[in-house]
Amino acid sequence: MTDQTARHRPGVSVSLQRLFVRIGVLPFLLVIALIVFSALSPRFLTSENLITVARQATYLAIVAMGQMLALLTGGFDLSVGKIIAITSVITAMVMAPLAAAHPDAVALTLTLGILAGVGAGTLVGVVNGVGVAVFNVSPFMMTLGTATISFGIALTLTSGVPVYGLPDAFGTIFNFTRIFDIPSPVYVTAGLFVVMYFLLNWTRMGRYFYAVGGNIKASRLSGISTRYYLFMAYVLCGLLAAIAGALLTARLETGEANIGASMPLDSIAACVIGGVSLRGGIGRVGNVVLGAIFIGLIQNGMDLAQIQSYLQEVVIGVLLILAVIADQLRQFVMLRLKD
Amino acid sequence: MELAATTLAPAESVGAAEAPTPVLRADGLSMQFPGVLALDRVDFELKPGEVHVLFGENGAGKSTLIQILAGVYRPTEGRLEFAGRPVELQGVHHARTLGISAVFQEFSLVPTLNVEENLFLGAEVTRHGVLDKVELHRRAEAILVELGFPLRARQRIHDLTRAEQQMVEIAKAFCTQLSVLILDEPTASLTDREAERLFVMVEQAKKRGVGIIYITHRMSEIRRIGDRITVLRDGKRVATLAVAEADDERLLQLMTGRVISQVFPKIAHRPGTPLLQISNLTTTEHTVKDFSLSVHAGEVVGLAGLVGCGKSEVGRACFGLERILSGRIVFDGRDVTGQSARKMLDRGAFYLPPDRREEGLVMARNVRENISLPWLGARFSHFGVLDRAKERTTVRDLARRLNLQPRNTEADLERFSGGNQQKVLLAKGLVSTVKLFIFDEPTVGVDVGTRVAIYEFIRDLCEGGAGILLISSDLPEILHLTNRTYVMYRGERRAELAGEEITQDRVLSNFFERAQA
Repeated sequence: MTDQTARHRPGVSVSLQRLFVRIGVLPFLLVIALIVFSALSPRFLTSENLITVARQATYLAIVAMGQMLALLTGGFDLSVGKIIAITSVITAMVMAPLAAAHPDAVALTLTLGILAGVGAGTLVGVVNGVGVAVFNVSPFMMTLGTATISFGIALTLTSGVPVYGLPDAFGTIFNFTRIFDIPSPVYVTAGLFVVMYFLLNWTRMGRYFYAVGGNIKASRLSGISTRYYLFMAYVLCGLLAAIAGALLTARLETGEANIGASMPLDSIAACVIGGVSLRGGIGRVGNVVLGAIFIGLIQNGMDLAQIQSYLQEVVIGVLLILAVIADQLRQFVMLRLKD
Repeated sequence: MELAATTLAPAESVGAAEAPTPVLRADGLSMQFPGVLALDRVDFELKPGEVHVLFGENGAGKSTLIQILAGVYRPTEGRLEFAGRPVELQGVHHARTLGISAVFQEFSLVPTLNVEENLFLGAEVTRHGVLDKVELHRRAEAILVELGFPLRARQRIHDLTRAEQQMVEIAKAFCTQLSVLILDEPTASLTDREAERLFVMVEQAKKRGVGIIYITHRMSEIRRIGDRITVLRDGKRVATLAVAEADDERLLQLMTGRVISQVFPKIAHRPGTPLLQISNLTTTEHTVKDFSLSVHAGEVVGLAGLVGCGKSEVGRACFGLERILSGRIVFDGRDVTGQSARKMLDRGAFYLPPDRREEGLVMARNVRENISLPWLGARFSHFGVLDRAKERTTVRDLARRLNLQPRNTEADLERFSGGNQQKVLLAKGLVSTVKLFIFDEPTVGVDVGTRVAIYEFIRDLCEGGAGILLISSDLPEILHLTNRTYVMYRGERRAELAGEEITQDRVLSNFFERAQA
């Protein structure tokens, strides 16, 4: 019983609108960015530079995939930056003395260091999960609180001084090694992406993340243990941030309490630009990774175009707001196109 | 059908004869929403001092019409006249300055502010730019006393019950100089004593020449205060008639466009073994008090009563959604008192919540994911990995069985009409073998076609041997579908009626407070 007069717009505009509704704003932004930056700098579209972009974006991509889980369930995680910090500090503090005492037991040193660091980071996620799922603390306050606590612990442990003395193999394996010219962290990210894609699209847990964020009451009525899945979202988010923290430590070759400060907002930005709804229940992991790559691309392009870094912050902020406005527009267009 | 033949010309006996100019007149109002023509060239007329009842199913266009008259929407076509002069309402505020006030079902109160702050919101009395709180308080108290509402002006809205909030809404409408008052099912959450007080107020307003547009489903109220009735169906005006000429049969037929026998299927009840036995149930919040009920396999049992009488809570308690103070719930021979929704689903009970957007469906996800959601663990996954092929075929079969329109199980729920969303909700209960269905208001906000489809499903389920508990505020539904019916009043069991005893009078007489001895 639809009224025909409602849709008499020309065909081209409608199909463009439909495309916009289907894929969102991100692909448009990516194309625009590619065109603009390759015009600004001839070095931009070289394979070496694109590999650099991939390497730079890889940490944000991992964190953003974790952040996505928190967003899907209708919350967010402001502690991802400090999870990175505490992972870095603990990893380094376990590795450095082990490396000094047993220079030959490299494999053991790396394993123990990474396990300890990633374990510590994940523990922050566990605390977040307990707070949000069991005690119903708002995700904002909970993760803000644990962020502060983690940062305090990381600073106390190191007295604010970087931790040196990591085994060379750490940086070699997890940063410098290239296979087919592509740096190792990119492979780690790709592997995590595959795992996340499978988790979100092919497992019960993934489906429940979407359902809980989409409508927690309906999920409960459908027999889903909503607390458990809320909890798991923050644990997995913590785990992913911690993995990013370990990789960053390998890259810097020191344990630092002062890294990851921009991660919470950048990761939320990557998710939102990638079409994840801040109200929960909607988002695709592929687009989130694209969102992270887009932010990396913008930063790299502006570096090449010699735009100073303070100004870059302004550009990123503007893009984030534009992406949200574009998403509102998309909702509007979607309703208008609705059959 | 020649139903539209009844014209706008009022019956002579009706209305205030001394004022021939209608206070409000609508000429050919149409309202086009994306994809939906909610209102189709509707004429409407309201005379001063009359109570004009709007009657029709959910989705017939009543809400859209009153929202246009209250200035919420602007019609896509048609003209409005206010007191004989053409007018284009610029918004709710504009309507209010003309004296058109509306009390909608969705309240427009600020929960964190108190009663008096809400009453005068946007119309505060100030002295030199400073709030004159003393004066505001005095006026608020005066209005509450005049209306006889048991409210205090300084109570916070947040702390009030739904009925009390309703009273604040009504009081708010009476704060301004009224010429048109629009009431959208105002008694839905009032006790009958409160309702009676409201009727007295309405009478007083009538005497002052206020025109009143009144939406209700209750025949008794129509007879109590109505002068004329306009019946809407599918966005069109079907008829306008005087209350005196309208009997229940006629109205129902006008409303649905069919005779009753076409709407309600005959159900062959064959009560078998007891499935659900509730004994002496009392909830922690005392919404249900010492309530007992039983449902057998192969029968439809009704649970009737006013909104807020506790009938919903009985269903919810069975699903672990209400905390239980005392009493026992036995399902299929096992004590399930306080069991979780998961356990109940696994045992073969399914609960269909009344508000599909609020509790029933994940609106942002597609049909497939919604239908399979309760059964992912039991039916569609192995060791946590989804069997998406099986999920897809099962859901497609169900979509076909329920005649889902459009037949696209991958489309987001937002793209479906209310009736089809309700079908999706129903389909959630059809994935697995379910022995007991608890339907809480299964036909709220759906069109006649879907209504009929849902009733036929209830029949099929019942005749297939399932037990059905039908919780409903829709009286015809209770009268025509149930084998036995319990009536609740304020959390307590008022009556149990069986077979021939289930008549309109007997059910209704138990809805309300009994006359005091």
